[in-house]
Amino acid sequence: MSTPLVMFVLFIAITLLITGWAARRSSGSNSFFAANRQITAWQNGIAVAGDYMSAASFLGIAGLIAFSGYDGFMYSVGFLVAYLTVLLVVAEPLRNTGKYTMADVLAFRMSPRPVRAMASLSTLTVCIFYMIAQMVGAGTLVSQLLKGSHISYNYAVIGVGILMIVYVVFGGMLATTWVQIIKAILLMLGTLLLSILVLSKFNFSLAAFFDAVSHVTYTVKGHSVTKNFLEPGLKYGTGYGPLDLISLGLALVLGTAGLPHILVRFYTVPDAKTARASVIWAMIVIGVFYIMTTFLGFGAATLVGPDFITKNGGTNMSAPLLAQAVAGDVFFAFISAIAFATILAVVAGLTISASTSFAHDFWTNVIHHGTERSKGEEVRVARVTAFAIGIISIALAIVLKNANVAFLVGLAFAVAASANLPVILLSLFWRRFNTAGAVCGLGTGLAASILLILISPSIMGIDAPGVAATARHFIQRPAIFPLPNPGIVSIPLGFLGAILGCLVCREPSAEAKFSELSVRAHTGIGAEKATAE
Amino acid sequence: MNPNPGDPAPSAGTPKDAAPLGLVKPAPPHVPTPEEFARSVDWSRVEATPEFRELIKAKVAFIVPACIFFMVYYFALLVSVGYAPHFMETKVIGVVNLAYLFALSQFFVAWIIAALYVRAAAKYDEMSMRVIRKLKGPK
Repeated sequence: MSTPLVMFVLFIAITLLITGWAARRSSGSNSFFAANRQITAWQNGIAVAGDYMSAASFLGIAGLIAFSGYDGFMYSVGFLVAYLTVLLVVAEPLRNTGKYTMADVLAFRMSPRPVRAMASLSTLTVCIFYMIAQMVGAGTLVSQLLKGSHISYNYAVIGVGILMIVYVVFGGMLATTWVQIIKAILLMLGTLLLSILVLSKFNFSLAAFFDAVSHVTYTVKGHSVTKNFLEPGLKYGTGYGPLDLISLGLALVLGTAGLPHILVRFYTVPDAKTARASVIWAMIVIGVFYIMTTFLGFGAATLVGPDFITKNGGTNMSAPLLAQAVAGDVFFAFISAIAFATILAVVAGLTISASTSFAHDFWTNVIHHGTERSKGEEVRVARVTAFAIGIISIALAIVLKNANVAFLVGLAFAVAASANLPVILLSLFWRRFNTAGAVCGLGTGLAASILLILISPSIMGIDAPGVAATARHFIQRPAIFPLPNPGIVSIPLGFLGAILGCLVCREPSAEAKFSELSVRAHTGIGAEKATAE
Repeated sequence: MNPNPGDPAPSAGTPKDAAPLGLVKPAPPHVPTPEEFARSVDWSRVEATPEFRELIKAKVAFIVPACIFFMVYYFALLVSVGYAPHFMETKVIGVVNLAYLFALSQFFVAWIIAALYVRAAAKYDEMSMRVIRKLKGPK
């Protein structure tokens, strides 16, 4: 057995033990959906970081910086700054007024069925897009990392899918939380070790390190060029680039506070004060991690080189190849196992938030008017949903094996920022806001971001003959909308839709309940309490 | 009357009923459900209390300027990197340029704002306790 495989198996064994432990402790809805609200601040903070630092961050950003230098680092900055929106505006009111999902807050003073139906649709959209991107990435990665061990793409995808189903169906939120915590600690450890090893190659001289970063030589279309990777503009420098960068920034800063799998995490803590403290923990972990992406990305650019990475698996392999270059095969195996753990943990987090939303919002509240027909029905439905989502994602990931799906993560952020965030903000802070506004805002934001992506260069473009299938555009026509990131248009449209929809009619009952929402959101009176096991 | 003669289970009014012996505990006091609690409170009156208005005023006084500041500071980076790249390429320490230092400073600014918020929020916790005490105290 190869070393990476041994480490994979070890991680899987540990997480399955945790799932077994969680399954024995768990009973009832509060336990399955919110881990009895007994997760402590540091645990939840690390779990939030674990949910957030996806393979797109670890492998994707390292690759972006290795190939686009400074411009890739812009993602790192946005990913941390985004947590100020979560901390200052969303986390505490959400914890105080909701139960299991984002829609709880929206349904608080609106007519619950239409609002929950739309919010659930938007949640499922975000989760499934995000998940497919992770699953396709997992398949490619695992089959590349375990080269020689005969584990093909399909087996890798099926394996990841089955594991995530097991974590969620048997272990619920408690197991998912601990899988996130272990993964985040492993990821931080690996990144720290890798950063130290990179610096050791420069005799721990930051000056020597940055000096090397300012002269990176690689091949562009057959010509050797030397670029200063500290200078902006390698990715967003030309044409609509600067506008796209701003659009991306908007989606990151406003989208994070609308990501369903991040929002559900705040229901796992006892109260709003702990939710606040957990954001602080998350910000420390996430900030340190993204600062270290400097060493990962620039390290890969200088010590491995874009040319070598292109020949050995492409941008996503930058971090593992860097590990191999600085410390050999065992460390390569360790970093690969961490990348695998990262993907598993994130898909588990997405699955539980999607199935919570389907069971709690759609099944119980939309179809059955807010009452469980039999005890434990909600949890049973959530388990079945998690199973179904797992099967659907496995199928989609296998169908889309050769497709270019990297844009799906961007799309998930765009939907979260354009559909979810405007209605969360307006229902928490605008007395006049009502059902029509919420439904209209969610609909416009969702439709605008999907449509704009469909006609953007992520989907449309003419490829030269000979372009690899994984990089081909879905529609071979020139793009209609010039920006790959739709945020700059779709976010204002989401707000506009919400405000205009709201102004069409008045809803005295929604306005009357604003006092209650406001008092409860800001003081925590009547908030959901932690439950004993 | 016991409907099933011979059945030892105690039932109301039968000779084997345990109630006359004083073995039945009184019903537990009714704990209001969240819905009953919400209906029992006049929320608009709470919203109008000076304690609650003071809390909102304090929150707005910190959160609104903080949000404006971090948004402006963050988009200043994106705009200057996008539209004034040559100025941002100015080298400051060795080869490290303004662009990189500005980006790095975003992390520290975010942490500082978060720390300031935690300090301010400790006061909000006290203020909301005052609101709750007034709500639960004698009318």
